[in-house]
Amino acid sequence: MKRIYVNEQHCLGCHLCEWECAFANSGLDEMFKLKGKFGTEIRPRIRVEGEEKDEIHFAVNCRHCTSSICVKSCISGALSRNDDGMVVIDREKCVGCFTCVLVCPFGAIMPAADGKAAQKCMLCTDNGRNGEPNCVAHCPNGAIVYEERD
Amino acid sequence: MDTYIPAEYEVVRNPDLCIACQVCERQCYNGVHKYDKDLGRMISDSNKCVNCHRCVCLCPTHALKIVKSDDTYRLNNNWSNQAMNEIYRQANTGGMLLSSMGNPNDYPIYFNKILVNASQVTNPSIDPLREPMETQVFLGQKNVEIKRDKMGRLVDTLPPQLKLRYPIMFSAMSYGSISYNAHESLARAAEELGIYYNTGEGGLHKDFYKYGKNTIVQVASGRFGVHADYLEAAAAIEIKMGQGAKPGIGGHLPGAKISEEVSETRMIPRGVDAISPAPHHDIYSIEDLRQLIYTLKEATAYKKPIIVKIAAVHNVAAIASGIARSGADIIAIDGFRGGTGAAPTRIRDNVGIPIELALAQVDERLRQEGIRNNVSIVVGGSIHSSSDVVKAIALGADACYIGTAAVMALGCHLCRTCHTGKCNWGIATQIPELVKRLNPDIGYKRLVNLVEAWGGEIKEMMGGMGINSIEALKGNRLMLRGVGLNDTELRLLGIRHAGESM
Repeated sequence: MKRIYVNEQHCLGCHLCEWECAFANSGLDEMFKLKGKFGTEIRPRIRVEGEEKDEIHFAVNCRHCTSSICVKSCISGALSRNDDGMVVIDREKCVGCFTCVLVCPFGAIMPAADGKAAQKCMLCTDNGRNGEPNCVAHCPNGAIVYEERD
Repeated sequence: MDTYIPAEYEVVRNPDLCIACQVCERQCYNGVHKYDKDLGRMISDSNKCVNCHRCVCLCPTHALKIVKSDDTYRLNNNWSNQAMNEIYRQANTGGMLLSSMGNPNDYPIYFNKILVNASQVTNPSIDPLREPMETQVFLGQKNVEIKRDKMGRLVDTLPPQLKLRYPIMFSAMSYGSISYNAHESLARAAEELGIYYNTGEGGLHKDFYKYGKNTIVQVASGRFGVHADYLEAAAAIEIKMGQGAKPGIGGHLPGAKISEEVSETRMIPRGVDAISPAPHHDIYSIEDLRQLIYTLKEATAYKKPIIVKIAAVHNVAAIASGIARSGADIIAIDGFRGGTGAAPTRIRDNVGIPIELALAQVDERLRQEGIRNNVSIVVGGSIHSSSDVVKAIALGADACYIGTAAVMALGCHLCRTCHTGKCNWGIATQIPELVKRLNPDIGYKRLVNLVEAWGGEIKEMMGGMGINSIEALKGNRLMLRGVGLNDTELRLLGIRHAGESM
């Protein structure tokens, strides 16, 4: 399946992807309306690893692991793998136990802003972007790619 | 104490649009922007801003703009704010002023005062979308004697030629002055476009030998990075006698830009300033130049054309005549608007002549002396667009060098602070975290886009003139007319005024 990958040699650590992710999942029609909406915590589903002065930065989001430990750990059946192989979360079923947050080796699942359910990257299939990931579309250096790899 | 010099440009942030994402802060290597915890919003220090527009371009909500500061001293038509600030700056530091990129001053741009002809009624124009258009050019000596063997078949005596798909090449920019990623972008673009890029005087990085057939290597006064394999790898060798941005002086790459890889490529110690002398210390005459040309030809078995690059200066026609007799295959002339990674401001802004006049005079002189076919002519020094290329060719050039336009395709916004080595666009820098900002996969495509777009426009303009081959445009000055030029300018350019017919 197509996944989001980061070519870390091109990742600038600019954190734009985090904001583009937050915007894509905010339901807002203009990005500037994010102003003041979250305070300082925007809770993106993609996170840039590496501190500002580090030599290497790279953005990380859900790897859609084939042996998805989060799916196995889910106590309510909210997490599952669909036919394409994408790991999806059903907010309605999630009870907010956050076992998945605990077990994800990439830190790619996190509590949603309301604290009542978990959230993760859904490859922009759940936010009206027709599966065209917004972080990929707006990475200024082409570091984030959405492609099929072996 | 230093006199405070007010910021020339101001960063203006629209508070309604700024979401404090801090992208501007992370992307500005000059430290203009920062998130202020006390105020809970972004603040900017315009004094540090070089106006490179990196933050403006990356701001996701377009909350930023840079405006010319309206701070002013008492208005004075004799002492401009800039002239005054330069005095203060020099009184503060005691140093020569340094600048980068091309001469920005208000001198005439002759290309903008030349208009191109088109066909109407009596001579048909050509539609390049439906009919073939030849934009390919060959650079090199064309003055061969035609020889036949005993059977009457032609003997190939043609000296080596460079074959270009478009009459455009990327001009010399050294590895050191620009980054590894910028060089990779240029090399890959040249390969895909079927044109050439030029190493400048910084040697050829070991990773780029594979692009050799699209590479022109330079031998300059510092002789950095010149060795047998370097010459052998290239398609052509350029002897750099001068550069349009700084005629008459050499080069100076600050030690800070001499990283491990630059040091290895240039074959010089790490961290020590690299000084290119003003003259070649073995060239004080055309005869000396001839010796170097034939030394290089001998070293490469007469398989590669030799280019001699000079700056456009007052005596350029006579100098070019000498070069055309020295055995060079191609003369490259760099106009006074040409760019640089660093030059003394006074030299950049006051030395040299416009490329349009230099080109017209060199072409004319070589024709008069019957030696125009001894050499090809390549011109550079602020070729802004495809129409400048068309006009240059009609004035007598065989091809154009583009440098500034090429780095702009890579992201350059002409902030003219290359000499600081802190290019926010990852072009004129060796700082790894900045170099990273130029992704060669994107950079080379943008260069290819630019040249392909120009190529299409050149075909359109040629078609309009009823010309289907670039050869038929070369030196075709009847296709040009001047507007608002005086008699001397028209005479020097060898063109008539608009309104005058054939």
